[in-house]
Amino acid sequence: MTRKQRRLTLIGSAGAVLAVALMLILIALRSEIVFFQSPTEITQNGVAPGQRIRLGGLVEEGSVVRSDNAEVRFRVTDTANTVAVTYKGILPDLFREGQGVVTEGVVGSDGVFVADSVLAKHDENYIPKEVAEALKAQGHWQGEEGQSN
Amino acid sequence: MIVEFGHYALVLAFALTLVQSVLPIWGALQKDDRLMAVAPPVSVMLFVLILLSFIVLTGAYLNSDFSVLNVVENSHSAKPLLYKFTGVWGNHEGSMLLWVLILVFFGALVGVFGGNLPADLRAVTLSVQAWVSAGFILFLLATSNPFTRIVNPPLEGADLNPILQDIGLAIHPPLLYVGYVGFSITFSFAVAALILGRIDAAWARWVRPWTLLAWCFLTLGIAMGSYWAYYELGWGGWWFWDPVENASFMPWLAGTALLHSAIVMEKREALKVWTVLLAIFTFSLSLLGTFLVRSGVLTSVHAFATDPARGVFILGLLCIFIGGSLSLYAWRAPMLKQGGLFAPISREGGLVLNNLFLTAACAAVFVGTLYPLVLDAVTGEKISVGAPFFNLTFGPLMVPLLLAVPFGPVLSWKRADLGAACQRLYAAFGLALLLTLVTYWAWGMDKVLAPLGVGLAVWVMAGAISEIVTRVKFFEIGFKRGFARLVGLPGSAWGAAIAHFGIGLTVLGIVTASAFQEERVLTMRPGDTVELAGYQMTFEGAAPRRGPNYTEEVGHFSIRQGGALVAELDPSKRIYTARQMPTTEAGIYTTGFSQVYLSLGEGRGDGAVDVRVYFKPLITLIWIGCVIMSLGAVFSIADRRLRVGAPKPARKRQQSMAAAE
Repeated sequence: MTRKQRRLTLIGSAGAVLAVALMLILIALRSEIVFFQSPTEITQNGVAPGQRIRLGGLVEEGSVVRSDNAEVRFRVTDTANTVAVTYKGILPDLFREGQGVVTEGVVGSDGVFVADSVLAKHDENYIPKEVAEALKAQGHWQGEEGQSN
Repeated sequence: MIVEFGHYALVLAFALTLVQSVLPIWGALQKDDRLMAVAPPVSVMLFVLILLSFIVLTGAYLNSDFSVLNVVENSHSAKPLLYKFTGVWGNHEGSMLLWVLILVFFGALVGVFGGNLPADLRAVTLSVQAWVSAGFILFLLATSNPFTRIVNPPLEGADLNPILQDIGLAIHPPLLYVGYVGFSITFSFAVAALILGRIDAAWARWVRPWTLLAWCFLTLGIAMGSYWAYYELGWGGWWFWDPVENASFMPWLAGTALLHSAIVMEKREALKVWTVLLAIFTFSLSLLGTFLVRSGVLTSVHAFATDPARGVFILGLLCIFIGGSLSLYAWRAPMLKQGGLFAPISREGGLVLNNLFLTAACAAVFVGTLYPLVLDAVTGEKISVGAPFFNLTFGPLMVPLLLAVPFGPVLSWKRADLGAACQRLYAAFGLALLLTLVTYWAWGMDKVLAPLGVGLAVWVMAGAISEIVTRVKFFEIGFKRGFARLVGLPGSAWGAAIAHFGIGLTVLGIVTASAFQEERVLTMRPGDTVELAGYQMTFEGAAPRRGPNYTEEVGHFSIRQGGALVAELDPSKRIYTARQMPTTEAGIYTTGFSQVYLSLGEGRGDGAVDVRVYFKPLITLIWIGCVIMSLGAVFSIADRRLRVGAPKPARKRQQSMAAAE
């Protein structure tokens, strides 16, 4: 092989790998990302059945009902609207009524959000950023600017 | 008074970094030996000063000196001694001080052990290291001063975040930082080479041990962090593709690529321009990781505090160092002469392929980590990029890389015979195929990919072993002489084989633990038994217990296998008194390389409790594999050829470079 051919092989294979990587990234960005939505957005715009979303807000006071087999029902609210959620599993340590929460899952045919993961805060002082901003959008945010620790 | 002493040492260190930033490099450019000779002692002095201020801060923590704001916010007099000590870096200010400590530590190492380097290269490298140090010490002093006093000291502190009150905090951050920050020295070497306009095989030989050292610690640090999250968070997951994890994973991927390209440069003088770029990228990704974790753009247990000024400051440093080094690269790299031609199928070609896939995978992780942040900043739209994204992008890019791993070491330099290489790997391929079929036979066809994953892992491991076996020619020359050859193999050959074996083990652990894991979530009352993977787990009851700074509700479980008691587990739910914050302590039973993992949910009042039980087959291989990879790096560092007799660059070449300038 001549020097030029060698160089072309090198550049060609580099280009091919990068093209494949780029293609994978673009496909994944179309299909594998999950949008964050507040209860108000879900209520107003609706969600296609089967589409994964992240739902965030506050756990409504008095809404948590535990049943056997580690099933939990609760409602997530941004104070304007609420969405009912069911979850089977162990709730995070900092899951509490009246506190911020982010859940990920799909909306079932009965309009109940079936969560397969529930995230609460890492620390008792802050509310998930998305939740804080969703609450601000509803004009119900009384905390300080941003989160503090 | 002592605290002010630590503060003063930090300020003095800043002043010294300014001296170090200017004099040695000026000396190198003016060919003034006296100015260049300033660098080594000053680098040691810098380390001593930062160490002093670190010791002072540690003292403030151990004595619970609540007149220091940082101690008030992150400590408590009832905290166990170990956590008073580790709490020093369990917060933003302290962890940045540790960061800087390691930065100057690496500078001092080059100052002390860099005697075999050319004087000008050492001087410029230390100056560049001082630029980085100056930036970060200024960051500490201006926005994150750990020595700030408060006027009215409270009697008690706010305590350390309970998740961090674990032995993991003693190990994970220091290991990770040595790795992360260790790449700074490679960066400094690269920038120095660009400034001096001289780069050759000897440069690669000096730089490779530093890269190996940093990579070794980073591997251990990431593995430790993963195991810590696994047992502490109680979710049973060992990797979440959390942006903070990615922040440490990207430098690891780039650093792995750098390790390999430096081999080509050292042996064949090829890929110079690329290696230098990779050295710059690796540390840039470390800086980016620091920015992501420390600036508060992410909400995470790692983001201790959010103060916009800090984010802006680190972003500024990021732009200066990355932008500056890349501009320098664009300006100076074209004059680096390329050497060493090679055919596409050759050892070099294999290493290029390795670099291609590693950098492409790194780019995929980069996009997945930063896209949500950028999208939020630009459009305000909030998305989350989780495991599915990375499984679709990172996964497919790793498969061809792993397939190619066993080929690398058996290909010869310059031009290789693929057929001969395949011949040496027949046994490895046969073993991999056999185990794939066995897995299919044992688990049925319902899991299509997992047995292929097992086969891939076995292929990588068996390839590493057969590389050693064929190299010493056991079968041709008999056991005794073969053994002598085995001992005589160069450290880097051992290192490569061990590290490749380690990656195979990790892959095996990942595949089996994710594909064949068994899980049950249920509510249990005392006396209830659940059966999982051949184990009977009985909930015997729960009882309260008091710890030094927490109270806990401990669930008692007995694990039986075929009626015989094999283990008793006590997972618990803790409430840390100072912050009133609950944490979950999982109960883990290790059997062979597999684990039974039990964690508790909230109690239900009537003695019933939610329980999550996992059986995770071969999961410990994930971390054992990482430890073995680092062991491989240790073998490579110990290679004699890297320590002694690094050849001086030929005079002729130096002259021709000078002519090119």
